Amino acid sequence: MALSLEQVRRIADLARLRLSADEERIFAEQLSAILDHVRQLEELDVTGVPPMTHALAAGEVSPMREDADRPGLTPQDALAGAPAREGTCFKVPRIIE
Amino acid sequence: MTPTGSELSALSLREAGAGIAARAVSSRDLVEAALARIAETDGRIGAFLEVTAERARAAAAQADQRAARGERRSELDGVPVAVKDLFAMKGVPTTAGSRVLEGWKPPYDATVVERLEQAGAVVVGKLNMDEFAMGSSNENSAYKKCANPYDLSRTPGGSSGGSAAAVAARQVAGSLGTDTGGSIRLPASFCGVVGLKPTYGRVSRYGVVAFASSLDQVGPLARSVEDVALLLSRIAGHDPRDMTSSPRPVDDYLAALEDGARGLRIGVPREWLQSGVDAGVERSVRAALAVYEQLGATLVDISLPHTKYGIAAYYLIAPAEASSNLARYDGVRFGLRAEAKGLKEMYAETRERGLGAEPKRRIMLGTYALSAGYYDAYYLRAQKVRTLVRRDFDEAFEVCDVVAGPVSPTVAFPLGTKTQDPLQMYLGDVFTIPCNLAALPGMSVPCGLDAVSGMPVGLQLVGRSFDEATLLRAARALERELGALPPPEGR
Repeated sequence: MALSLEQVRRIADLARLRLSADEERIFAEQLSAILDHVRQLEELDVTGVPPMTHALAAGEVSPMREDADRPGLTPQDALAGAPAREGTCFKVPRIIE
Repeated sequence: MTPTGSELSALSLREAGAGIAARAVSSRDLVEAALARIAETDGRIGAFLEVTAERARAAAAQADQRAARGERRSELDGVPVAVKDLFAMKGVPTTAGSRVLEGWKPPYDATVVERLEQAGAVVVGKLNMDEFAMGSSNENSAYKKCANPYDLSRTPGGSSGGSAAAVAARQVAGSLGTDTGGSIRLPASFCGVVGLKPTYGRVSRYGVVAFASSLDQVGPLARSVEDVALLLSRIAGHDPRDMTSSPRPVDDYLAALEDGARGLRIGVPREWLQSGVDAGVERSVRAALAVYEQLGATLVDISLPHTKYGIAAYYLIAPAEASSNLARYDGVRFGLRAEAKGLKEMYAETRERGLGAEPKRRIMLGTYALSAGYYDAYYLRAQKVRTLVRRDFDEAFEVCDVVAGPVSPTVAFPLGTKTQDPLQMYLGDVFTIPCNLAALPGMSVPCGLDAVSGMPVGLQLVGRSFDEATLLRAARALERELGALPPPEGR
């Protein structure tokens, strides 16, 4: 199944990626080849097969953590890696004009 | 007599720890020997992205003080190790092999790093890897090339390429990696070291940069099965900070290590030794199976009929999860930000500059597989096939205790040969992926050198859920019989 350049641009936009014209062309080709390969899943009859929606072993449960307050990151620590900040906030470009 | 640097570098984790306990060597000497070896060899190997010399020296001094007082935190107290650059270490650059995290210093430690350091192990650095653990050759590292110590023109495997290469090159005796589709077992096999991917849920992923959350698992690499067991003993166990981590008690991985292979039923999947496996790999794997028979194990012919569909299911599920996990690299809270006018432009520009081709490809694939109109045909169907893969193993473990076969259809291939064709690269994961899809523990243990290339071959062992102890016992039985591989020459 061949992906069109149009589709590649649409997916890139959904994923917030900006691709060069070269990347669009290469990805269209490579993703089409990969999608051709994954189409072999269509050979299998999966009627009545439940999807594996988590990877825990049979009978495993994730215990709920006790609902107690614990120390977390300080605002300073949480902001230490931020590319831009103001006070105790992450700073982003203006969203509403 | 004082041991030389190269003698110190050749010690196993167990030997180094015992040496410190007996005051025959110091943690300082071991750490200095590791740092010297890294300085001497890493220009050729490229296993390290960051060497944490100062932090390591300080930790070694403390370990030596404990040893002088007769205190031991564990068998690993004072012993140098290294970790894949996917694990958060407080204040230490953690890149995940990506430019988008260049210079980022996490504000906390990953649980596995914390546990290693609580055991007294000394982390000497962060190891090279494919960007966001996406790759099978380490060639997707955004920083530098990593070479196979057995042949510098070949790949160490990926994505934990640095973790395997550093151990094979005797820069450290043990390391941690992660395995989402084979990323511990494949490089372990290519570099002739032992690597273990534990059962999903056995080891905490807290503080591990996420790739595909229903598949990612942390595990150890070392030059001996015993050292792998030692490391696993230290990192395994419940962590309330990782919701997928299992509350089951951790087995004593050393207790049954020397029990041998007698009585083990070893399942040999027909589909794993069919066409497509290189002759040299097949020869070594069959020889290892024959050794098991001599040791009193029974070989059982089994079928894992959905093996060939594993790649297709995996390359929908893993990219789908990755497309969601990597959405966080948006230039807001950490890492790179490209300046742009509006918010959407800032996201796109940041991701354009920060992410390499492979993460972009997988984000694209995953976004497509999850998008409106395609979800049922791709992602949902892949999850159903995942159930079928898991059922294959459930049936197999009715008649056998361990599944054995090749890790990879080939030995380590020359660098640069598969980079232009991602699908070819993906197809090499055919035997490692089923174990991840089924969430089972798997290992690679060296089983010989390929006669033509001289490159190591790994035997893959897959076990029942949470039965790492049997895997380790089976691996140890083979290792004891075959002896260690010859070390990479002159390196």
